[in-house]
Amino acid sequence: MSTISSAISSTMNPTVIKESDMPEADPKKTPIERPADTVIEEGKTVGVPLSDNPKFQLRNVEVFYGETPAIKNISLDIARNEVIAFIGPSGCGKSTFLRCLNRMNDSIDSCRIKGSLQLDGQDIYDSKRDVVELRARVGMVFQKPNPFPKSIYDNVAYGPRIHGLANRKSDLDDIVENSLRKAGLWNEAKDRLDAMATGMSGGQQQRLCIARAIAVSPEVVLMDEPCSALDPIATARIEELIAELSESYTIVIVTHSMQQAARVSNRTAYFHLGHLVEVNDTSKVFTMPEHELTESYITGRFG
Amino acid sequence: MPAKKDDVYGDHISNRFNDELLALKTRFLKMGGLVETQIDSAVKALIDGDGYLAEEIRAKDKMVDRMEMDIDEEAMLIIARRQPTARDLRLVISVIRMVADLERVGDEAKKIAKFAIKLTEEGQAPQGYVEVRNIGAHVMGMLHDSLDAFARLDSEQALRVMKEDKRVDEEYQAAARTLLTFMMEDPRNIPRCMSVMWVLRALERVGDHACNIAENVIFMVKGEDVRHTPMEEAERVVGR
Repeated sequence: MSTISSAISSTMNPTVIKESDMPEADPKKTPIERPADTVIEEGKTVGVPLSDNPKFQLRNVEVFYGETPAIKNISLDIARNEVIAFIGPSGCGKSTFLRCLNRMNDSIDSCRIKGSLQLDGQDIYDSKRDVVELRARVGMVFQKPNPFPKSIYDNVAYGPRIHGLANRKSDLDDIVENSLRKAGLWNEAKDRLDAMATGMSGGQQQRLCIARAIAVSPEVVLMDEPCSALDPIATARIEELIAELSESYTIVIVTHSMQQAARVSNRTAYFHLGHLVEVNDTSKVFTMPEHELTESYITGRFG
Repeated sequence: MPAKKDDVYGDHISNRFNDELLALKTRFLKMGGLVETQIDSAVKALIDGDGYLAEEIRAKDKMVDRMEMDIDEEAMLIIARRQPTARDLRLVISVIRMVADLERVGDEAKKIAKFAIKLTEEGQAPQGYVEVRNIGAHVMGMLHDSLDAFARLDSEQALRVMKEDKRVDEEYQAAARTLLTFMMEDPRNIPRCMSVMWVLRALERVGDHACNIAENVIFMVKGEDVRHTPMEEAERVVGR
């Protein structure tokens, strides 16, 4: 993990200034230091990480890949119907943390999770839990659109069929139509529902994946960099969609784009080397963040 | 312990973004310096009866106007190119607001220079010049301190500048009363005293602009907008 050790040295000196970079016109007097949080304290998160009556209640979560800690003592609430963005430099753990929320990390052998993770007050990792049912309640959309090699219709109908959500064809048709409408894809898809999904553009495929996720009536939709592979127009459409979806679902989105986090989310959570450094209202994070590291990241002073 | 920072605006990953922000700051301070000189020269021109200096000031005002437009444009381009956030965003927004105040101060200097020419041509006794010198020094100090507060991101100094405004107002009122006395003593004093009144008014405005700059410095440093709020509010924000 060489990136971690080099990242550690950059956190020791979060901003490295060279004397030779100072322009002549700057005054010789030393400027006043800004009194802000500058260090990471294990388990301490600046801002408002907790909420009332949360959808997810996550306490003292630790995640290890073998012996290596990827997530270090994070506590966070995810509020109902909020859109919360996870941001942070590569390797900070935001995707790992996201995957804990619907137990996608189960498929990684070396991955161990400690702590308490509750959805609506119930432990996600209880051995009596049905993981498949959990993943219907907590759906996921991935970075690269991954439609099944089936028709558009079958892509969306697959989940409801498996979960037994529709007995009659007409019910299934309704679910497919509603999901495609909600995903903003109905008008483009309604006349070719039998066409192969893989023939669609990237943006359409991603919206199809969203339709697929919401077809099983989830409560939460997790999105891992859903727009990374898309052009600006497709991205804008999906961001509009996120705003609409948040009326019905709770949304957690991991994104590398600061502007996207600023545009779509209510709260923003900044991750750094496996720690949760700051969680605050998005407008606050992007105009006046509390922690020095958060500000350094979002202003592009280190990444 | 984090490294001591000499300039909190240092070291963007993008060196060019870094340079753009530093350039914006530098240009703003340069304009501030020019405007300070303009006011200083204008007061001098009045008191010394230096019509030639006054003409220079009026010509130089074009440079002040040009700088305002250039800085505004550069700020806009930074927003378009870089989508600045947090402290960078507050810096750019503040600079856009403050250059307007600097340009106005430049205009006040031009106004004072105009009266300097008028009063010099008319000759006669320099009534009210003590007040001009005193209030002039006071507001020039405020302007200087507000620009210095910007350069060093010193919100406490900015607050001190804001508090001076009340004192300037009081001095202005006292000076106005004195000039009124001169005018009542002898109506022939009236045209001259009126001119001096306008000069004092212009200087009082300079003080207001220095306050505006100070308010923006507090916004830049603390992230809270203290315009149109009572002094106690600004004190609370600075004390945070």
